[in-house]
Amino acid sequence: MASVGKIARRTFLIGAAAIAGGVAIGYYYYRKPYPNPLEGELAEGEATFNPYVKVASDNTITVIAPRAEMGQGVSTSLAALVAEELDVGLDRIKVEHGPAAYAYYNSEMLAEGGPFAFYNDGLFAETARGAMGALGKILGFQGTGGSSSIRDGFDKMRQAGAATRHVLVEAAAKKLGVPASELETADATITHKASGKSLTYGEVAVAAAQIEPPAMLKLREKAEWKLLGKPQMRTDMLAKVTGAPIFGVDVTLPDMLHGTVKMSPRFWSKPVKSDLSKAEKMPGVIKIVPLDTTYGHGFGVIAENTWAAFKAADAIEVEWADAEYPADSAAISRALTDALATQGSALRDDGNVDTAFADAPREKIVEADYAVPYLAHACMEPMNATARLKDGVLDIWSPNQMPTITRQLCAGAAGIEQDKVNVHTTFLGGGFGRRGEMDFSIYAALLAKEAGGKPVKVIWTREEDTRHDVYRPAAAGKFQARLGDDGLPVAIDMKIASPSIIASVLRRTFPSLSPVGPDKTIAEGSFDQPYVVPNYRVAAIPAQISVPVGFWRSVGNSYNGFFHEAFMDEIATAGKTDPVELRRKLMTTHPTALKVVEKVAEMSKWGETLPAGKAKGFAFTLSFGSWVGEVVQVADTPAGIRIEKVWIAADVGTAIDPGIIEAQLVSGAIYGLSAAMGQEITFADGMVEQSNFHDFDAMRIFQCPTFEVAILENAKKMGGVGEVATPPAIPALANAVFALTGKRIRSLPLSKEVSFA
Amino acid sequence: MSKCTKRKLRGRLWTTTKGIPMHLIVDGKPIDIEADPEMPLLWALRDLAGKTGPKFGCGIAACGACTVHMDGTPVRSCILPLREVQGEITTIEGISTDGKLHPVQQAWLEEQVAQCGYCQAGQIMSAVALLDEIDNPSDEDIDNAMGGNLCRCGTYPRIRAAIKKAAALKTAGI
Repeated sequence: MASVGKIARRTFLIGAAAIAGGVAIGYYYYRKPYPNPLEGELAEGEATFNPYVKVASDNTITVIAPRAEMGQGVSTSLAALVAEELDVGLDRIKVEHGPAAYAYYNSEMLAEGGPFAFYNDGLFAETARGAMGALGKILGFQGTGGSSSIRDGFDKMRQAGAATRHVLVEAAAKKLGVPASELETADATITHKASGKSLTYGEVAVAAAQIEPPAMLKLREKAEWKLLGKPQMRTDMLAKVTGAPIFGVDVTLPDMLHGTVKMSPRFWSKPVKSDLSKAEKMPGVIKIVPLDTTYGHGFGVIAENTWAAFKAADAIEVEWADAEYPADSAAISRALTDALATQGSALRDDGNVDTAFADAPREKIVEADYAVPYLAHACMEPMNATARLKDGVLDIWSPNQMPTITRQLCAGAAGIEQDKVNVHTTFLGGGFGRRGEMDFSIYAALLAKEAGGKPVKVIWTREEDTRHDVYRPAAAGKFQARLGDDGLPVAIDMKIASPSIIASVLRRTFPSLSPVGPDKTIAEGSFDQPYVVPNYRVAAIPAQISVPVGFWRSVGNSYNGFFHEAFMDEIATAGKTDPVELRRKLMTTHPTALKVVEKVAEMSKWGETLPAGKAKGFAFTLSFGSWVGEVVQVADTPAGIRIEKVWIAADVGTAIDPGIIEAQLVSGAIYGLSAAMGQEITFADGMVEQSNFHDFDAMRIFQCPTFEVAILENAKKMGGVGEVATPPAIPALANAVFALTGKRIRSLPLSKEVSFA
Repeated sequence: MSKCTKRKLRGRLWTTTKGIPMHLIVDGKPIDIEADPEMPLLWALRDLAGKTGPKFGCGIAACGACTVHMDGTPVRSCILPLREVQGEITTIEGISTDGKLHPVQQAWLEEQVAQCGYCQAGQIMSAVALLDEIDNPSDEDIDNAMGGNLCRCGTYPRIRAAIKKAAALKTAGI
């Protein structure tokens, strides 16, 4: 059911009522699970055709790209999907995040949430995928994550474009008195060639919005694509090179106050004793507000400017209660090791591993223990949100990845109904999973309650951000392989222990819910890899450590990629097999994987003799539906190990924008290399020890290698791109360091044992 | 506090909520504000002068997101107290002229550098200063000038390419 803006809506009220409930096309129209959220907010003369497209009478075309733009280029690619079918250049499309709405559910993000490998297309796995996807629809779960946006939007957005074009053409046909089949569309204009007459989309938009599209519309074949499959200029680039106020921290409103938070440095702990008097008396301070939330306890400061708020937060004197979890990194490490001694859930169990190891001669066994630390997301834009609670309505401007849950939890915090909350999603200065959380929005909502109807912009300090993250979990793994006489593994046994992300997320968002089933994120990247080994078991063990953990770019793959692929390198070394040759032999039933391995080996001239002091490492990870092989070349220099070059081959099935995909693959690899080289979050006395970029740094330009990227499209299903290059980058570097130095480093960051230039 | 118009800091005048009156020149325009002289320039620009182009990233000059120019020299505005501000301030919002992008911005656009974009105002300001000093920077010059600007999206390869393109654009007078 299409809609038109104010005046037009009044004019066509009868018509609109008459056609309500009509039949429509496509994903959205077919079932129409939720109302079109754009209907309530049209400008005069503007028309909407579905939740994704608005056309104004001046021919301004707005596409709602309802996934968070955090750098991954999703707004450009989602708009391109619509533009392709709508026959409009991207340069004339305005792209917006749109409101929080169930209509923008993401079914793909949950579809891969089950404990199945991506290549498993058996009946059970497929049925579960369908059910999980339907759950996304039922929950109206609007989220950005799991590298799912384009997979989720591929049909929806193109159908939205096609349906809109169809009704615009119908309306033009009526107006011109010619058959629709004689009309052509290009550049937002409908032309009747024979008569030379033409109409812009804007001129027929209002009339078109009254027309129901047919039940079925054919989408264009790949061969016909004009925009898709080719690099596009990003729609957000101009704003980003001119310093435009597009981020959460840039929100500026009349009478706006400023604020910050000071939360307990020990998670979940409450203040035992506090003295606010000094802070309250500081210049520019308006109010100090105690905060008690499911995310944690502490204080918020409302002030006249951010600097005054920061200084006051510093001056709050508090004694916090002790931590409920192991208080330092050594104790956390012991808890992980203890967990490894238990059974866990086998997410993969091929053959009979116990039997295969029972009679194994000692010299045929490869054994290793691996560990990784907690990691912070360290988005460039510190956590922040702006909120205003006025006349019973909460408006929240939030750089977030989860608008519908943000709306729900902020409504709870403000004590109002969800339909009284408007979430305005700004651009995100980095997300990486951190902004799928609701803490920064909830805190702003709580401070808005105390601000007398004025808006409050609440910005965290970098120190607060670093010390109150939801961390990439620390993890430990125990690995065993039995080699056959040919040097290939006949049995592999993997156990991975880590705190459960799902359990941690539920505790802070929906504490009344309990997690069900095993948390596959613990072993994803290990249990679901396209290797064939006769006896192959991968078990996930949730460790009970309640430091908050969350989704960090590539989630469990971020450490399982390291565990699995560094251990494969150990197997190759022990069996005297070349690492690439090992994959060739173990991946024979997965041609997509094989082609990726072959491609990256060819690009990097794998096997070619290198000059002394240089070495290469290889790794492969299938994650989020994309098959990615990487080779890292390192060099020994007087200043330390230098990462010289990285080759990436990625099979994404269908490449919507090769320019953006290339950028994401490089970005993902750098994100992984940064972590592998030097990042760790450690604990002392229940508190995070790191605080800012001086002790939690990332790769700098002078450390950055050159990249060569190949994008393949052999896979039958489309894969994601935002996270997929992160997992193999880490083991590829560790394996290169081994090749260079002979040091097998099984614990990250690598900087604990070698130094980098 | 060279641009300060009120020098009589009697008693605890600067600790009142309003602070003391000061005069800045930002992007070629005079701006009068009242602030604590200890307030870093960044917050005066963002909260008091309405210049949100420079970004807050770390507050300790470790990431470069807040980079602006003071009389043409790049400075980290997050640690520069207002009392030490001497000279004209230029932000990302003041480098294009007559509606035409600065060659560095143009190169950034053509090379499609930005991802999340948050650090890019600082990156661009460092690059502008580099090219003001060196017409044709080597890779080493780029490493030295840009090492203080952190990017978590990993746009470094494109930043490097864009600086080289900007050098060519500048030489060609574009």
